[in-house]
Amino acid sequence: MSPAPFEYAPAPESRAVVDIASSYGLFIDGEFVDGNGPAFKTVNPATEEVLADISEASAEDVDRAVAAARRAYTKVWSKTSGKDRAKYLFRIARLVQERSRELAVLETLDNGKPIKESRDVDIPLVAAYFFYYAGWADKLSHAGFGPDPKPLGVAAQVIPWNFPLLMLAWKIAPALAAGNTVVLKPAETTPLTALLFADICRQADLPPGVVNIVTGAGEAGRALVEHPDVDKIAFTGSTAVGKAIARSAAGTRKRLTLELGGKAANIVFDDAPIDQTVEGIVSGIFFNQGHVCCAGSRLLVQESVADEVVERLKRRLTTLRLGDPMDKNTDIGAINSAEQLARIRALTDVGDTEGAQRWTAPCDLPAHGFWFAPTVFTNVTQSHRIAREEIFGPVLSVLTFRTPDEAVAKANNTPYGLSAGVWTEKGSLILRMASELRAGVVWANTFNQFDPTSPFGGYKESGFGREGGRHGLAAYLDVA
Amino acid sequence: MSDRLDVRKTYKLYVGGKFPRSESGRSYEVTDHKGGFLANAAQASRKDARDAVVAARAAFAGWSGATAYNRGQVLYRVAEVMEGRRAQFTADVAAVEGLTARRADDVVSAAIDRWVWYAGWADKLAQVLGSSNPVAGPFFNFSTPEPTGVVAAVAPQDSSLLGLVSVVAAIIVSGNTVVVLTSFERPVPAISLSEVLATSDVPGGVVNVLTGSTSEVAPWLASHMDVNALDLAGVDDDALRTSLEVAAADNVKRVRRADTSDWSADPGLSRVRAFVETKTVWHPIGA
Repeated sequence: MSPAPFEYAPAPESRAVVDIASSYGLFIDGEFVDGNGPAFKTVNPATEEVLADISEASAEDVDRAVAAARRAYTKVWSKTSGKDRAKYLFRIARLVQERSRELAVLETLDNGKPIKESRDVDIPLVAAYFFYYAGWADKLSHAGFGPDPKPLGVAAQVIPWNFPLLMLAWKIAPALAAGNTVVLKPAETTPLTALLFADICRQADLPPGVVNIVTGAGEAGRALVEHPDVDKIAFTGSTAVGKAIARSAAGTRKRLTLELGGKAANIVFDDAPIDQTVEGIVSGIFFNQGHVCCAGSRLLVQESVADEVVERLKRRLTTLRLGDPMDKNTDIGAINSAEQLARIRALTDVGDTEGAQRWTAPCDLPAHGFWFAPTVFTNVTQSHRIAREEIFGPVLSVLTFRTPDEAVAKANNTPYGLSAGVWTEKGSLILRMASELRAGVVWANTFNQFDPTSPFGGYKESGFGREGGRHGLAAYLDVA
Repeated sequence: MSDRLDVRKTYKLYVGGKFPRSESGRSYEVTDHKGGFLANAAQASRKDARDAVVAARAAFAGWSGATAYNRGQVLYRVAEVMEGRRAQFTADVAAVEGLTARRADDVVSAAIDRWVWYAGWADKLAQVLGSSNPVAGPFFNFSTPEPTGVVAAVAPQDSSLLGLVSVVAAIIVSGNTVVVLTSFERPVPAISLSEVLATSDVPGGVVNVLTGSTSEVAPWLASHMDVNALDLAGVDDDALRTSLEVAAADNVKRVRRADTSDWSADPGLSRVRAFVETKTVWHPIGA
């Protein structure tokens, strides 16, 4: 239906810039220690190559980490002035910038995302979040939470694998700025950049115990969030786990913020500038292989332009290059894990069974690693599971509507409420949609933009609390 | 005093702007602080709670869509109408809380003033809780507070009027609608407040008032999938609090836990902040 994509010579980024150890311990109280659980392996999802052995934190290890964070909070960090906390965070921001290529390469190796994304999006944003929150540390009395807002204490933070170091920054930067100490558990499949971040803490001379990194799977996360000496839980991940954490925190004094799943509607009106819109649809769902909680996974397109939009979208998708994430020309990288690939396959199979029409971008999948080609389902109805459940992969479900009222009704017809997109040239319609969509972030004539000054977080079952901006400080201050 | 026999009132629920009895047909005896008979209050059931949630959901679009100026005027109107019924509220509060007439009058004054305080907040919240965000790119970006939706509240058990007003006003000022379960033993001021709400331009369904057992009704509200948030101000039992929070997790309700609020103190904005969402909107800047 369209010409073959241009031939591109390979343009691989060098991995010589990173030095991956054969095994890693846990980062507790300023030093690496062996975990007591069985070690597990982290692999490059693009090749299935084992990158390193990672320690699994046992409940005792988690207890040691929380104790270290408590000691650091009581003896050091709560007595450290805001001015000095700010300087530590500014140092970290600069160190991230200085070591940005190393971090980007490591992120891509461990996660499978294209190097152009880790290099141009993830790591620059990591530095930006630390730089932004650094400046708040000595200005908390101006943040609108009273004259002398207090930190909460020890924060337990559990983050996902889709933006490993960026999620670490979203968690650690505001927590430290507000005066808390942290124990952070990175995702089981993407621990490496968090462990490299420990080295950045060392270079910054951050006092021991202020940041502790424990690796492991669900059990380690459970031990962390259920630890009785934790004052605050911040979780980003699936809605099911978020609900389980909320249940476990019931009846305790722990504060909780949750950033959970999404099933965002990306709404295209008939007057939208079509080329720009198609680019926005692509970045909305195919950015980071669709491993994005706020991904625009439901395309709602006005009936009169539906055929044209879908046709142009498919044409554009045939030009995306899927393959080696380390290649600078790669648009679509690897699926993060075999488990995630299995989930994507299972849900898309349900899409077929329920009668939606599948279209797959023509591209060769590498022989090794975990891959899923960009996929578009048309003839999707609201009752289809691919329109209701988060797929968390490069899969777009297309639905149509006739009127703005219908678009709002369909967009809001989900238990989620993280994000939404609107494409139209009509300003008044944008503002109406923005006010009627029940979602925490509305991107109008753009999609998947992030910034440390901009609050991010969901309505309804997409969670509560905000990350980013002045609002993000509330999650780590005693202001409730 | 004349020897005229007084006309007593039937105490009912307030749901969707109407005053139904409990669909269960149940009532329970409410006494004054000395143990004397005061009223038979309707004893709300699970069905009443669900009906109230339906009414609150139905009212949400209109109330949250009203202008902030309008919401502010409506809240102020509640204060005006209460002011005209001071005697009734003072008698209610004195009877159920065992206060002297003078102390009860102070409580009523504080409750009326609390409506005035929140009324003034309606059109200021967006400026105080919202922001314009200087993102590092060519985008216009702003954040505004929006109401969370339908909030279920358990009103304080002791502070039967001031506590109740403090909870309800903080929830509805931003555009939420509420189902409030009153103090079990001291429901009478809440019922009088319902009669004020019904006559002061508050649209039906914005505030729904249930009298009855907290331990019986609150779990149905906590587990209701069309309730967005819980205010546990009046839940002082730890086991009940825990079970309500567990139930609330089923649809990720926002939960404001019980606190030992001094209801006469400056309320601040934390109760309001607990029941608003922050929405952030991006738009490119360019040609």
